[in-house]
Amino acid sequence: METSTVVVSVFLFSIIALVFMPIMTWVERKQSALMQDRIGANRAEIFGIRAIGLIHPVTDAIKMFTKEDVIPTGANRFLHAICPFIAVVPAIVSFAVIPYGGSYTAWGSSWSLVVADLDYGVLYIFAIGSIAAYGSILAGWAGNNNWGMLGSIRVAAQMLSYEVSMGISVVGLFMIYGTLRLTDIGVAQQETFRLLGFVEHFGWATAGTAWVDFIKIPLWGAILQPLPMFIFLAAILAENKRPPFDTPEGESEIVAGYFIEYSGMKFGLFTAGELVEVVVISALMAALFLGGWSIPYLPETAIIGGLSELFGPNLANVLAMIIAVHVFFAKVLALIFFQMLIRWSLPRFRYDQVMNLGWKILLPLSIANIVVTGFVILLVAEITG
Amino acid sequence: MGIWDYQVVAAILFMIGVLGVLTRRNIIVMFMCIELMLNAANLSLISFSRLWGNLDGQIFVFMVIVVAAVEVAVGLAIMISLVRNRDTVNIEDTSLLKW
Amino acid sequence: MEQILFYVFSGLAILSAIGLLVNVRNTVNAALSLVVCMLSLAVLFIMLHAEFVGVLQVMVYAGAIVVLFLFVVMLLNLRGGNMGAESQPVLKLVGGAVAVGATVKLATLLDRPLKPWADIDPEFGTVAHIGRVFYTDYMLAFQVAGVLLLAGIVAAVILAKREID
Repeated sequence: METSTVVVSVFLFSIIALVFMPIMTWVERKQSALMQDRIGANRAEIFGIRAIGLIHPVTDAIKMFTKEDVIPTGANRFLHAICPFIAVVPAIVSFAVIPYGGSYTAWGSSWSLVVADLDYGVLYIFAIGSIAAYGSILAGWAGNNNWGMLGSIRVAAQMLSYEVSMGISVVGLFMIYGTLRLTDIGVAQQETFRLLGFVEHFGWATAGTAWVDFIKIPLWGAILQPLPMFIFLAAILAENKRPPFDTPEGESEIVAGYFIEYSGMKFGLFTAGELVEVVVISALMAALFLGGWSIPYLPETAIIGGLSELFGPNLANVLAMIIAVHVFFAKVLALIFFQMLIRWSLPRFRYDQVMNLGWKILLPLSIANIVVTGFVILLVAEITG
Repeated sequence: MGIWDYQVVAAILFMIGVLGVLTRRNIIVMFMCIELMLNAANLSLISFSRLWGNLDGQIFVFMVIVVAAVEVAVGLAIMISLVRNRDTVNIEDTSLLKW
Repeated sequence: MEQILFYVFSGLAILSAIGLLVNVRNTVNAALSLVVCMLSLAVLFIMLHAEFVGVLQVMVYAGAIVVLFLFVVMLLNLRGGNMGAESQPVLKLVGGAVAVGATVKLATLLDRPLKPWADIDPEFGTVAHIGRVFYTDYMLAFQVAGVLLLAGIVAAVILAKREID
């Protein structure tokens, strides 16, 4: 990719990430209100325009920026200042490898709807996510506060524990698709799989029988690897430290945990980082397990082919691109909604329960999944020859 | 940027690591310096792997990373029990076997 | 571009390593210097077409090993007090002189016409390439590494336990 294209796409995606930040606070408030049978934020207004509470993020930002920035005595001033940024920047740059569409050619130029199409795409997100842990760990230590210190220890333990099961749970997917590149995984999920193909193999039906062809399943991660999907979701939610995995900040036990000594916009950045990470998690889940930008039973080549007959190849590509982006973001929004449901429904785990869940349940299950997946892949290869 | 530059960086990092292990008395910092030496060796291996266009050096780095991870897990466990028993991380205070 | 990146990140690696060496006040800062060093080295790895190793370096060293260091430092609450004396001026001077001498010697040893970089295909160092080599030529080493990890886990659990029942 040319440098100018990279710059443009990086810029665009940072803008998207930054736009998501304030909107997510509104989504969170409105959805909790919906779930608890309240009206939710609707009081802030500009010249009488209330816009169903959408003004609230603006007032929030003004409030955060004008608050006093307290730096406690005995704090490590440099680390105290830099930690919120270590927490928020990795969340934003994680978007770089997430594909929100395939590649399209129109009028001689081609677009690939991903900023950086890396060979080790998923690992990049894991690596960046592990850097984000430093923001929280050091934040609690830098503030020179014992509650913060307890929060830091909890963050460190939780991050280490769940990184393992998060990484291992998706290995099954990589074995099936044979790649770590997120665009390739997206393309692979466009395909369908004939579930009853083995019937023909054993000679119980002639090749090309209608009812054998009729039952097809999309090759989505969610269908091929349902258990790892839940393991991955649990692990990545724990990495994000939001309820029900918010023991590091558990306000009823250790007051506010690692960001106890933060105020003003520095505090706001921690919250913003968490909310952007919610979007990253949704996008990653959509790209890995929910077929990326694909529509079940309607591969992109068929869409482009059908539209080409109506509008010609150039316009068809552009339309397919628009459809792909919309499908992808619809999935992302649904997953954001789902995460908010979890956040407002489940009570907080106890600290030892968090550790038990990570090491004694999720990790053995995800390792067992690798073995089973390998066995099934060999079996399928044997049958289909 | 030839192989020489990378080797010099690796050598400097390795020497800093050696110096740390020899002069520092905080056992955790000494441990970090060992990690630094392993990393310097990794840089050297990877630059030679690039020089010959051969993947064996990178495989070796994987093994070093595995060994480093195990070493850290065991070593830090030893340090925790050391601090529990003697309440110190200074290597001079843990000289029970010295005579 | 490559030159600038090389000088920036190797300089950063060396500076942070020196930071690790001379920092006597607290161990958390030393761990942070180590992280900066690891991350700069990861950039150098990626510049040498070892992308997978570079990402693994970030994941394992920065993401796990140094976090473990920080975890232990915070768990033991090492803030001065029980760290003990550090000062040994003679040893430091001698050690520093020897280290500088050895580095210069190493650098001059290699200072002669050296082989240029080999031509490599774009697949070099990708996940697929490494996987293929790992699961064929180095299968035994891979399995031994697995056993080593298992032994490490068991040993760490036993050692860190307060009392063995």
